[in-house]
Amino acid sequence: MDWLKIFVDLTHNTIVFSTALVFAAIGGMFSERSGVVNIALEGLMIIGAFTGAVVTFFVDQSLGGSPISPWIGFISAIVAGIIFSLPHAVASIRYQADQVVSGIALNFLAIGVAIYFTKVLFDGSAQTKTLKASFDKWEIPFLADQSTIGALFKAYPTSVIMILVVVISYVVLFKTPFGLRLRAVGEHPRAADTMGINVFRTRYIAVMISGALAAMGGATIVLTTTNNFTHSTISGQGFIALAALIFGKWHPTKTMFAALFFGMATALRSVLQQFGITDYIPVDFIFILPYVLTILVLAGLIGRADAPSALGRPYELGSR
Amino acid sequence: MKTLSRWLLRESVIIPLISVFAGLIIGAIIMMFGGYNPFEAYQALFNKAFGNIYGIGETIRTITPLIFTGLAVAFAFRTGLFNIGAEGQFIMGSLAAAYVGIMLDLPAIIHMPLAVIVGGIVGGLWGGIAGFLKASRGVHEVITTIMLNWIALYLSNYLIRTHLLEKGQQKSETLAQSSWLSFSFLTDLFNNARIHFGFLIAILCAIVFYVILQKMKQGYELRSVGLNPHAAEYAGINVKSNIIKAMVISGMFAGLGGAVEVLGVTHNVTILPAFQGYGFDGIAVALLGGNAAFGSVVGAFLLGTLTFGATGMKLGAGVPFEIINIVIALVIYFVASRLIFKRLMNALNVNKQEEQ
Repeated sequence: MDWLKIFVDLTHNTIVFSTALVFAAIGGMFSERSGVVNIALEGLMIIGAFTGAVVTFFVDQSLGGSPISPWIGFISAIVAGIIFSLPHAVASIRYQADQVVSGIALNFLAIGVAIYFTKVLFDGSAQTKTLKASFDKWEIPFLADQSTIGALFKAYPTSVIMILVVVISYVVLFKTPFGLRLRAVGEHPRAADTMGINVFRTRYIAVMISGALAAMGGATIVLTTTNNFTHSTISGQGFIALAALIFGKWHPTKTMFAALFFGMATALRSVLQQFGITDYIPVDFIFILPYVLTILVLAGLIGRADAPSALGRPYELGSR
Repeated sequence: MKTLSRWLLRESVIIPLISVFAGLIIGAIIMMFGGYNPFEAYQALFNKAFGNIYGIGETIRTITPLIFTGLAVAFAFRTGLFNIGAEGQFIMGSLAAAYVGIMLDLPAIIHMPLAVIVGGIVGGLWGGIAGFLKASRGVHEVITTIMLNWIALYLSNYLIRTHLLEKGQQKSETLAQSSWLSFSFLTDLFNNARIHFGFLIAILCAIVFYVILQKMKQGYELRSVGLNPHAAEYAGINVKSNIIKAMVISGMFAGLGGAVEVLGVTHNVTILPAFQGYGFDGIAVALLGGNAAFGSVVGAFLLGTLTFGATGMKLGAGVPFEIINIVIALVIYFVASRLIFKRLMNALNVNKQEEQ
């Protein structure tokens, strides 16, 4: 058994699997930091994956095969994610709906809409056709050609974008007036309102950002890993992202590391299977790990996680 | 007539009614976008669900687990707790009942009730974890129950794989017939529909739900905690223990649902690649039913009919089954955003008054 090879494979796979989780988790962070619970991450990822797959497929078909088609698919997914997050935003911000219920409704709606239109578009088949075009890995010349460690110097463009998103999120959240307003609205909306911050507008923007980012996560999975969209393309990643967000204590870089850690659990599975270690540690336990850890961290057994104070509470103008 | 119209205009009745109606209309519009005929589709749905004795039996079969999970969500909600974990409690109930059904060899008169009860207890314990974490560590039950759903899914898969698996299959061995809730005379009566006596247990649970909450001191305490935990505490009610109790009872309803589904319909448990959605449908049921016992039964009736009837739309009108998931999602969304309709209705009332 070559330990270096295992390490390289694990690192490479961790980054591939984590990218989507980081996108969605950071998206959820924006929404929750503004005080809006977002259980709809899963549904938003589904919409992103579906849109990414469908648009890429048809654009690629009409262009006759082109390297820009996955990019068009990716950007369409972002737009779709923003649009799809609006019902949740309207319900939880304007109509003071129970944000958890509205999120659940959106998750239902997403899988229904995605599979329904997949069937309409692909002659009754519950999955899209396999994409001919998807993202190619970016490589650092020479280093990427090395057989054992080469994989460390290859990455999908989405992974690069993911790092940028984390850095930008950190800056936006902690170094800009908008970030300050966002956090204020999530901690104490009434005080923020008194200071002249538009609570509703800030929350709308936050939820839309979460839609965009979660959809990017979904599109990432389709355009780098699975190459088509089925009902099982997104099965729980949105909830793992939610777990990562809590495990990362609603903080951008910590959330990224939490998502990387949970992504590693998934990567471990494929690496362990490859080397026959799953005979000793059952796969199911590796699946369970992120969820158990999240409960432990919430219970205060591993550190403490404090949610934004106004999380889940609708703001009523003029309320006391 | 007047009392009927007044009853219909009550908020707990009119909002779900409008929501269902709005959901069906938007569903119809989406069907037209897909190039289908919505009237044919809804007719096919209705025919499938009630067109013959077999359809009626299968509709009741579909409604049964939804009553259980609906009651589970509703019960927790009345104590101010949001149990998203009915799905996981359902899975654990199924698993426990399967263990009893497969591992034990008992006469039917003991075997079947035992399997049902053990399923309920295990479901209750699984729900109790979230209640305990809430009461002792202040962890929000929404997050823990979501996480516990996934843990239940994988734990159940692991245990089935290691203990119960039928060789070469992705499912467990068949349960001993002495533990079944389904009987041939009943299925024959319904032309081989998979109807079973779990339906009666579901109705019984709805009655128990009502009695506990409305007729017992314990229920008074639970409801007080739900309405205002601070006032309840001031009045000398032990809020923490009531939170745990509520989650245990809620989990029991879901666990019983899981047990009944295994003992009555499938007679085995499968390795699940994903959730079956009973628990999530339960949230819709409870919402539609205004978190009441009778309401949950009505909500389950509606949702079950839509879900089972939708399988007929594929054959009758060529419409993909998923359209009904869209309709159900929209219904949940509208019930949750009830303020939309309230403001609309208020606006209409204001207009009327101005006209006068």
